[in-house]
Amino acid sequence: MKYDVNEKGYYGEFGGAWIPEMMYANIDELRRRYLEIIESPEFKNEFEQLLKNYVGRPSPLYFAGRLSEHYGTRIFLKREDLNHTGSHKLNNTVGQILLAQKLGKTRIIAETGAGQHGVATATVCALKGLKCVVYMGALDVKRQAPNVKKMKMLGAEVVPVHSGNKTLKDATNEAMRDWINNPEDTHYIIGSVVGPHPYPDMVARFQSVISKEMKSQLLEQTGSEFPTRILACVGGGSNAAGAFYHYLDDEQVELIGVEAAGKGVETSETAATLQVGLPGVLHSSKTMLMQNSDGQITEPYSISAGLDYPGIGPLHSYLFKCGRAKYLAATDEEVLKAALLLTQKEGIIPALESAHALAALEKLKLKPDDVNVINLSGSGNKDMETYLDYFGY
Amino acid sequence: MKNRINQLFESKKKNIFSVYFTAGFPQLNSTTDIIHELEKNGADLIEIGIPFSDPTADGPTIQRSSEAALKNGMSLKLLFEQLKDIRKTVKIPLILMGYFNPVMQFGVAAFCEKCREIGIDGAILPDLPLEEYELHFKKDFEQNQLHNILLITPQTPEERIRKIDAASGGFIYMVSSASTTGTGKKVEDFRQDYFERVEQMNLKNPRLIGFGISDRATFSNACKFASGAIIGSAFVKALEPDSGLKTSVADFAKSIVL
Ligand SMILES: Cc1ncc(COP(=O)(O)O)c(C=O)c1O
Repeated sequence: MKYDVNEKGYYGEFGGAWIPEMMYANIDELRRRYLEIIESPEFKNEFEQLLKNYVGRPSPLYFAGRLSEHYGTRIFLKREDLNHTGSHKLNNTVGQILLAQKLGKTRIIAETGAGQHGVATATVCALKGLKCVVYMGALDVKRQAPNVKKMKMLGAEVVPVHSGNKTLKDATNEAMRDWINNPEDTHYIIGSVVGPHPYPDMVARFQSVISKEMKSQLLEQTGSEFPTRILACVGGGSNAAGAFYHYLDDEQVELIGVEAAGKGVETSETAATLQVGLPGVLHSSKTMLMQNSDGQITEPYSISAGLDYPGIGPLHSYLFKCGRAKYLAATDEEVLKAALLLTQKEGIIPALESAHALAALEKLKLKPDDVNVINLSGSGNKDMETYLDYFGY
Repeated sequence: MKNRINQLFESKKKNIFSVYFTAGFPQLNSTTDIIHELEKNGADLIEIGIPFSDPTADGPTIQRSSEAALKNGMSLKLLFEQLKDIRKTVKIPLILMGYFNPVMQFGVAAFCEKCREIGIDGAILPDLPLEEYELHFKKDFEQNQLHNILLITPQTPEERIRKIDAASGGFIYMVSSASTTGTGKKVEDFRQDYFERVEQMNLKNPRLIGFGISDRATFSNACKFASGAIIGSAFVKALEPDSGLKTSVADFAKSIVL
């Protein structure tokens, strides 16, 4: 396929494995074995069973009638919020925990921002009885207290990270340091399509179940596999990668990623990497990054902890550069409005992250016959405090 | 002129005392003073750290010094400016050590040229892997007589150590154990089997051992298995108190080699 990663781990000029030698043995083993393992019938069978009976897949594709009427078009929601643990993150952690077991690893580490990936990792570790350590920025530990408690109840150790801005980037740094210090028994479950090859490809494959289901569900509900466009929010880009995956070669389908503009892309308080970033190397990947002219990574900002990251997966940098996908940005304020609109039109409270994709509807010319699919990546349960604060209920 | 790293290893085969510090720490303008004091107190080779916002291979001490250096206003451009006359006074080999992104933004070719202009003898960029180096940047390094110093670890397979040896020209940086920098190890914590295994490989390049070398005991133990050893975090820590650079550097050097 035209948008597949090449054998060196690149999407065009982006990607690769810019790892220090201390990570070489682990990354090399992953790189050599991931396809053979995840393509094996035994793995596929186990993965599919867990997706069905544990995660609760397929997730529904729901025609949002009142929201459609509001925008004068047809809008479908891919309900990843209905997965066990409330987001798409579990698709990836289920895949990676099975892989870690095949590799003989007994200890799992992860980074988390909003805590969704941390909870999804702690969940599969409980499921498989593996030791779990989750790194989380000290600021996020405070911002996302309920998820911290959930992880602890699931048996994970949550380590607050005090370096840098004390958010997702710093948690990722610390998880990488842990892996360097524990190269033999540990697998690092990265939570998005970021990091060194083969992570971006591996995570995209685990999330690709989203677009696979979308195709058959759309065929059934609209008579065609192909929507007019697909919209998804982009932090590292895993839910978007999953929602785009099986449509990448179907060029007639418009693909739209929505980044977090924060207080506006023209301000310094933003996380819209593709709007303000330049190519660079962070977390072992060559990709678009928010940085200054000295190559220091700058601090991102978004109301949603899950999008508060100064980079983006290399696949998205490539789709952006070659124009296959379009990337918009939505501000905190636009996002809160969009979340409230969905809540009151459809009775669905979305995650702040997912509400970025909804907010983009305001920015598009939508025709009555268009079929728009929004990947609703997660539930708003974890964001109730923010919503209640803002709306004053 | 012959690269100073090669000169050093030709003239001194044992107990090479190599020290790392972060440029811009403790003060923005400490860089050249630290270099001068280190040379005066017996350092054979100096690694000047280019601070980076996200030092994923470093432990808390170098994370702190990097963060402080950036806060002080250090940048790669400014570092080159501070070093521009360093060869008027300093004879020992100098190496720049840092992460790839600041070098990439500066421009790899421009970085290598600047190093030659100033008299920098090598660079250590841990997140620039062997394969990317050989494919894209080797020419820039070689044209400017700049050695790219590569790392090996206890997990590096023999075949890969051979490849790294073939691609290296100055020395091989042996990471003492699977770890980030500054883990403050004891002699017993080091994997002697790894030190011995690599020693018996008869590599064409000399080796220095670094990471976790923090005192006289770990330094002299490492020196038994290589041409010398590199001390980083322990030295950076010695610079933390405000007792004046001169005394801190002299006291530190004495605690290791005298
Ligand atoms: C619900 C939800 N959506 C999206 C994201 C962003 O991640 P990604 O861009 O990898 O999908 C997160 C991350 O925490 C999330 O919790």
